[in-house]
Amino acid sequence: MSSLLSLEHISKSFPGVKALTDISLRLEEGEIHALLGENGAGKSTLMKILCGIHNPDTGTITINGEQMHFYNYHNAIDAGVGIIFQEFSLIPYLNAFENIFLGRELTNRFGMLDRASMRKKAEALFQRLSVDIDLTVPVHHLSVAEQQFVEIAKALSLDARILVLDEPTATLTPNEADHLFRIMRELKSQGVGMIFISHHMEEIYEVCDRITVLRDGCKVGECAVQTTDVDDLVELMVGRKIENNFPPKVTHADGHEVVIDVRSIQLTKDAPVNSFQLQKGEILGFAGLVGSGRTELAMGLLGATPVYRKEVVVNGRPETLKSPADALNCGIGLLPESRKTEGLVLPFSIRENITLNNLAKHCGKGFIIDRRDEGQVVDELMRKVRVKAPDHETPVGNLSGGNQQKVVIARWLNHECKVLIFDEPTRGIDVGAKHEIYRLMRALTALGISIIMISSELPEVVGVSDRVAVFRQGRIVKTLAGDAVNSNEIMRHATGGARDE
Amino acid sequence: MRLGVPAMSNLTETKVQNQGHSVMSLQLSKWRKSPVFYPLVGFIVIFVAMAFVNENFLTTNNLSNVARQVSINAIIAVGMTCAILTGGIDLSVGAVMALAGTVTAGLMAAGMPPEAAVLAGLMVGALFGAGNGAFVAYAKMPPIIVTLATMGIARGLALIYTGGYPVSGLPDSFAFLGRGELFGLQLPILVMLVVFALAYILLNKTPIGRYIYAIGGNEEAARLSGVRVSRYKLMVYTLSGTTAAIAGIVLTSRLMSGQPNSGIGFELDAIAAVVLGGTAIAGGRGAIIGTLVGAMMLGVLNNGLNLMGVSPYVQNVIKGGIILLAIYIGRTRGK
Repeated sequence: MSSLLSLEHISKSFPGVKALTDISLRLEEGEIHALLGENGAGKSTLMKILCGIHNPDTGTITINGEQMHFYNYHNAIDAGVGIIFQEFSLIPYLNAFENIFLGRELTNRFGMLDRASMRKKAEALFQRLSVDIDLTVPVHHLSVAEQQFVEIAKALSLDARILVLDEPTATLTPNEADHLFRIMRELKSQGVGMIFISHHMEEIYEVCDRITVLRDGCKVGECAVQTTDVDDLVELMVGRKIENNFPPKVTHADGHEVVIDVRSIQLTKDAPVNSFQLQKGEILGFAGLVGSGRTELAMGLLGATPVYRKEVVVNGRPETLKSPADALNCGIGLLPESRKTEGLVLPFSIRENITLNNLAKHCGKGFIIDRRDEGQVVDELMRKVRVKAPDHETPVGNLSGGNQQKVVIARWLNHECKVLIFDEPTRGIDVGAKHEIYRLMRALTALGISIIMISSELPEVVGVSDRVAVFRQGRIVKTLAGDAVNSNEIMRHATGGARDE
Repeated sequence: MRLGVPAMSNLTETKVQNQGHSVMSLQLSKWRKSPVFYPLVGFIVIFVAMAFVNENFLTTNNLSNVARQVSINAIIAVGMTCAILTGGIDLSVGAVMALAGTVTAGLMAAGMPPEAAVLAGLMVGALFGAGNGAFVAYAKMPPIIVTLATMGIARGLALIYTGGYPVSGLPDSFAFLGRGELFGLQLPILVMLVVFALAYILLNKTPIGRYIYAIGGNEEAARLSGVRVSRYKLMVYTLSGTTAAIAGIVLTSRLMSGQPNSGIGFELDAIAAVVLGGTAIAGGRGAIIGTLVGAMMLGVLNNGLNLMGVSPYVQNVIKGGIILLAIYIGRTRGK
């Protein structure tokens, strides 16, 4: 008998990157199949191939014994594939049934919307899921979980036999997640096959039958849930050898001088309370899964986003840090996650970007910027961080990712900051430039600067950090130091595989 | 008039011969990157065209008239340029102009010395602008809505203050601002040049100017890097209110009466001047000199069409068409 779905020998390359290599996966009727892997292991690419967003270079997709060729998302929907993305595709101001029937509204014989029948059909769908959704309110009034149920109902209304759930629990509370699992079991009993992507081990153990593990675009294992234990899974996920190309960790932290003491920080009223300390000259890694609250914490600390409560002591003095400008006054700077939208003023030259937040320095006593002084300082900083560009008047939009990042770093060096927060410092940067950034970070610590590095790349976290704070669901669950800074330990805590808390 | 045009083409020819081809093209390519390049070309084209079709255009008298007529709009457009550079806009300028003008006139009519009344008028404009800025920067409301609302408020206040009638009976000495001459220049032109010079220094030489461009270029990046974005937005709208007040006071002096209904639609002319001057409506890119060129362009167009005896109805259509065309060219070429 043929499987509900079988992916055979799928490979896919993007310019310069081999994203997937020879991946096969089978899904039976009524099976919940977990797809597991680190950030960037290829899960999303594989699912995008399954639903026709990408075309595989080689390999076949077979559904119920019939070989399929998907050229776009609609082909996949027609073949019975439904996908629930992390980001919802609902129109917030329409209600549930209007969303479900969006683009294929039922009409009566006058060509008018037949709201009554749409409503009735939607009610039947939700009955099948045994959930109670208010059909009359715009979906943005519904909870995140309810919106997800609407998405699922939408997929089912399209006769989906195969459902892909891409990290559906990431934004749910435990209760809501339990509700989702009940729905998944219900669908399972109706013969729907599901591919479930999640980083949370306990969830996988709760609902899944089998697990496929991806690593660096390759399938590294497939196993049944009952016969596999968590540690083996973590090992499979991260089991690569970490390339030994990070600069040596010469710790300049003496362990005594605390630069920032975050006594408590709570982002919203219901959020967990966190606390940590940053020592002089150390690199503290913020590790965790995407969405585990690392960036949010950093932004809250800086005053870039409002927080419910925080008590921060910088260099022995309590500070309120109400805005990034306050943080700057305390010598704290941020290299944001997205250089182009948050880091750089793209129409500006290198010079204007570097001096952006410290123009007073180049004004002497008056109000007029001393262009010569500004240019000289910028040239020197460009040499220091090795920005490759014809001159300092080059627009930053023309620079490579690595050089753009260096411009942002230079901006903070111009300020003699004491603390720098690097959010995903090497995202979208080529390998060579990555190493330069790592070396630069080490050089900064030698100057007594302390660094918080937020990174989703495990090898980077392990290779660069002196200590690592591991985040899970908004909470710092563990701070690792010394030999404990390794992939397995970090992943165990980040996924909740370590149940000893 | 036929003398002027060949003389100009001679000038460019000699330039080519003197500088040699490569230097010339290098200069040109550098020039073309300037935001003022296309506005300037547009201005020259219109100027030359007007000179061709109308013999009274190229007279000293007429040109100085054009400059004086332009000055009011150009002064308002200075504040507008700053607002647009930050990615905002100020629709209240025409009404603020009327409010500041009538307050100045009213105070003088009540016996206040002109100097003090002018200062009070400027304060009214600045305070009104600061109010706009507070709503935009701190209440985080969209500038177009805030200033649309305050446009109505300012106009209403001007009408309430004057009871709807022009304020006259102003002291003779006050006429100097609108009708006087200094260094051979009419006062409104002089005021315009001073305002532009100050704005040029502010925008190009001081940190505040750099922040204004940065906010329009990428507000989030500016904020996250520690620029106090709200503070500078407040400043920009205060400045816009102030330049509107300057224009209002100059106009009041020119007319020797405070008109509560003056300045209607001036905000649109100011926006047109800014955009014709090459400033991006989304902010971040542009130049104050471009705004001067843009205002001149509008003025020359107005004046030329008037001299040609084109009906005002038709003039509106032609002006609108030229604005569309100019901005289309700017979009496709000016990047």
